[in-house]
Amino acid sequence: MTSATTSRPVRAPRAHARSAAPTLPRPGVAWAAPGLVFFLLFAVVPMGGALYLSLTHWDGLSAPQFAGLDNWSRFLGDHQVWQSTLVTGVLLLGNIVVQAPISILLGVWSAGRQRNRAVLSAIFFLPLLLSTAATAVMWRQLLDPNFGIPSKFSWLFGAADPLGTQQGAITCLVLVTSWQFIPFHSLLYQGAARAIPETLYQAAAIDGAGRVRQFMHITLPQLRNTIITSTTFMVVGGLTAFDIVLLLTNGGPGTDTSILPFSMYQTAFRTYDYGYASTIASFLLLLATAASILLTKLSGYDKMTSTLEGL
Amino acid sequence: MNRVSRRGLLAVTAVTALSVTMAACGSSNSSGTASTSTGNVSFWTLQDPTNSVQQAAVDSFNSGGQGKVSMSVITTDGYKDKLRIAMGSSGMPGMFFNWGGGSLNDYVKAGKLVTLDPALKSHFLPSALAAGTVDGKLVGLPIRGTQPVFLFYNKKVFTAAGVQPPKTYADLTSLVQTFKSKGITPFALAGSGTSAWTELMWVEYLVDRLGGPGLFQKIQAGDWSQWKDPAVLKSAQMIKDLVDSGAFGTSFGSVNYGSGGTSTLLAKGKAAMVLMGSWEYATQQTDDPNFAKNDLGYVAFPSVDGGKGDPNDVVGNPTNYLSVTTTAAKDTAAAFLKTTYSDSYVQGLVEKGEVPVTSNAASLLAKAPDPSYAMFQYDLVRNAPAFTQSWDQALGLTLGTPLLTEIQKLFNGQSSPAQFVSAVVALKH
Repeated sequence: MTSATTSRPVRAPRAHARSAAPTLPRPGVAWAAPGLVFFLLFAVVPMGGALYLSLTHWDGLSAPQFAGLDNWSRFLGDHQVWQSTLVTGVLLLGNIVVQAPISILLGVWSAGRQRNRAVLSAIFFLPLLLSTAATAVMWRQLLDPNFGIPSKFSWLFGAADPLGTQQGAITCLVLVTSWQFIPFHSLLYQGAARAIPETLYQAAAIDGAGRVRQFMHITLPQLRNTIITSTTFMVVGGLTAFDIVLLLTNGGPGTDTSILPFSMYQTAFRTYDYGYASTIASFLLLLATAASILLTKLSGYDKMTSTLEGL
Repeated sequence: MNRVSRRGLLAVTAVTALSVTMAACGSSNSSGTASTSTGNVSFWTLQDPTNSVQQAAVDSFNSGGQGKVSMSVITTDGYKDKLRIAMGSSGMPGMFFNWGGGSLNDYVKAGKLVTLDPALKSHFLPSALAAGTVDGKLVGLPIRGTQPVFLFYNKKVFTAAGVQPPKTYADLTSLVQTFKSKGITPFALAGSGTSAWTELMWVEYLVDRLGGPGLFQKIQAGDWSQWKDPAVLKSAQMIKDLVDSGAFGTSFGSVNYGSGGTSTLLAKGKAAMVLMGSWEYATQQTDDPNFAKNDLGYVAFPSVDGGKGDPNDVVGNPTNYLSVTTTAAKDTAAAFLKTTYSDSYVQGLVEKGEVPVTSNAASLLAKAPDPSYAMFQYDLVRNAPAFTQSWDQALGLTLGTPLLTEIQKLFNGQSSPAQFVSAVVALKH
């Protein structure tokens, strides 16, 4: 009780003093010019182009024909697009649910300074060095029902047809993507876990907290910002990654794993309907922007509060 | 059917970024008219083992003083994308390698191609020229061998079972039972998402045997309602029956085409037969030369009782074509076209294992690495009343891509034969 009442008057003036301190002038806009020009040229301009093309019919050979909202009204009535959106969402969630916990545990574990952990981490991080194309081609062979993994463990898989059903194909996509990207997210968590001050754990140990409690009450809260960063990467990455789908399932069986970026690619470069492909691209852009804004707002990430405040 | 297994990796921005650059290029393309009569003609070709033969032809042509041809070899991955984008811009090549059929349709409509001299036709087998002809105009000249589709089988497996390769469809279905009882997959089939074109071959042959080649010719000419022909539904039903009877095994939905997939299944005797294009021979030769030499058998697709189609008809890739665009120097291009049926060029192809579709090829086939295999293909094509081009190539990618998806759904049991027909009918709005 006493400590609470005494601390209040002490804290208030301190906070006041901090805000009253003379602030440095913000750096001039010129410093941002190189980045802004780059962003304008390679992000904003193409986005504008895509938005314009979404209002046209264009086969890539003759000049684009202005079509008003034709593509957009077709888009709203397109059953296939909504199925693609759903599959995109399922893949996204699946990826987060599988990758996040494993990455956190692996990252925190590998943050330890022991020699064996360093050696094993180096091995765990190996998939990070492979390109998605190599990963997909390798896994396509590994998943072969006659010569791959399923054939060696037939007691477990039976007459498996991993890529021949929707559930199977989605599971394979999630597992292969996780295999490829868990190392990246683990690396993020490893760095963040190493930045947690040792004193917090020492204090907790004195108070009698065990390993699990330390993890739940110190490590996890301290990793909050990293969790948000990593999840944002997963969401935005998941909304834009189509290479693995193209190479592993080609949207199949049928159109069961035809996620939005993939159907965009197929519409543009297989059926040469650049107008409609741009419509899908624009929708994807809106979706990704909305998702990342939502994520930063919900998590309070935009306020950028440090987890080290008060130390 | 020279399939691309790995496409260029384009991130989500690629479409947007590309579209913008293409829009910029597209506007500067109004002057696509013919240029001077001789000069420098650029020639785009696909990377493959015949490049050295093409280069030799180009070199000897360039020393002849009728202008220069400069050849660019482009890798399989993304060749079609690159070509399509170039054709919509001012960077259009003067001559280019292509697959004929539907891909040329768009270019002819956009006025990008030159009509070739009809007199050239006399140098080639008639059945191979159809896919190079659009609206009655010759726009593509054969520059490579023919690639018909037929049945390959493992001789050892057949001998062990004491059976003969199928001559009729009834033989085929009884072989399915024979091999199934022995624990051997009757037909290796690549049904994974990237290999739906191997499933297409079955549909093409059954529709041809049941309804005759005229049915698809009408569809290709634009009468999309022909898909409602009973022959299509019956073919779809036969596919379903084959799948249900275990003709393709239980896990074909995850099997890939080629080495490590269907080709290995056949070579290892885990599967008895495979329906594939003539290039299967080359795949086997690379993977397992002994098997290719001793135990690889081949036979035409069986006849189907009561069907309207001639059992001698074939499907596949009649050949690959060379087309000339409006930017090419006319006389140089015309002179270069003559090399495509010259003895030296044809012989070069033969030595690479190709089966050219020129009228002078028969006498040169003796020099092929395996003359009997070469003669089998040549006779198959020469005796065929009709050579139906692979549907996806014939229709072009715009219709061919969704068609492949529907065929995959049929094989996977995701749609019934009746649903397959109505879905295909609905593809063209």
